[in-house]
Amino acid sequence: MAPITGIIQNKFPDAVVFTTVDQVVNWARKSSMWPMTFGLACCAIEMMAAGGTRYDWDRFGLIPRGTPRQSDLMIVAGTVTLKMATRVKRLFEQMAEPKYVISMGSCANNGGPYWKYGYHVLKGVDEVIPVDVYVPGCPPRPEALLYGIMKLQERIQEDRVLRRHPESVGSLTGATLENR
Amino acid sequence: MDAKAIHEKLAARFGEKIAGVSLEVLEPWVVVASETIAEVAAFVKADPDLRFDNLMCLSGVDYPKEKPPRMEVVYHLYSYTHLHTFVLKVHLPREDPALPTVEGTWSVANWHEREAYDMFGVVFTGHSDLRRILLPDDWEGWPLRKDWVDPEFYNGMRVKPTQQMMERALAGEAIGVGPFDFTPPNRHAGE
Repeated sequence: MAPITGIIQNKFPDAVVFTTVDQVVNWARKSSMWPMTFGLACCAIEMMAAGGTRYDWDRFGLIPRGTPRQSDLMIVAGTVTLKMATRVKRLFEQMAEPKYVISMGSCANNGGPYWKYGYHVLKGVDEVIPVDVYVPGCPPRPEALLYGIMKLQERIQEDRVLRRHPESVGSLTGATLENR
Repeated sequence: MDAKAIHEKLAARFGEKIAGVSLEVLEPWVVVASETIAEVAAFVKADPDLRFDNLMCLSGVDYPKEKPPRMEVVYHLYSYTHLHTFVLKVHLPREDPALPTVEGTWSVANWHEREAYDMFGVVFTGHSDLRRILLPDDWEGWPLRKDWVDPEFYNGMRVKPTQQMMERALAGEAIGVGPFDFTPPNRHAGE
């Protein structure tokens, strides 16, 4: 085996690190949220900008995946038409647990400009799939999406894997895990 | 050719089948009898002086308040040979609107006619594949008609938002939760 090289090599005394399993699991989960490559409307352009070099969501550990089977995060970026809603639901169901959903932009949040006259638009993607974080804006800037991703990371960090459930979890909505 | 000459040529060829005309507008148009539209289309494409080789757009329009109420199909034509444009219109009844397809003349009409069928329910007889193009196959009704009313549900999904949905969205805003919950990270930094 090749020797480990670098500035931290052989710098530490023998030691033991204590932490909780939840801490480690949540740290791993929140640091590698792989989103599904999936955009529905103009919000997807901002999402692509967030993934590009200027905003670079790779530094949060977000690596877009081409299949729901490998994805942890679904960013619903854009107008969810009734025709697409059935597909969105199916893609969500194909993702493996644990899975998270960010609703990006007014259209995905509640229909946005199609609230009154959009005969073909679903009034909020939370009508068909559970949403963890809503990012408002029309469309939201990449900073807003990154803020939503950080909020989701905060929430994942508070999640409980082995520990018993308290009355409520989650920093955003106070929702319990059972009804999330 | 200018619009006047195009109209004269059409009138000479088709007589009273060219029912109406307006030349003093930005895009001059004539009204063609619905059963004749396929022949007119073939003529204006083949004629060496007209040579309308490009159907730029085919649209449906609904005029429920006209007397009598009518549906229109509008053909925007362009000639790459002579670089001139012209517009053909067809008036149809609002009940069971139907007219011959022009797919045989301009094959691009295939999708345009499917769209007009999808949104207005205009039936293009002789079309090779007349089915919905944008809306789901199991959609019922013609949503761009002026008398369209949103259905309550589509496949179990609510189409018209309820008062409860409205209140939930607004309540979420009031307590800082839900679709409107967002404070930019630096917004209150100076306070």
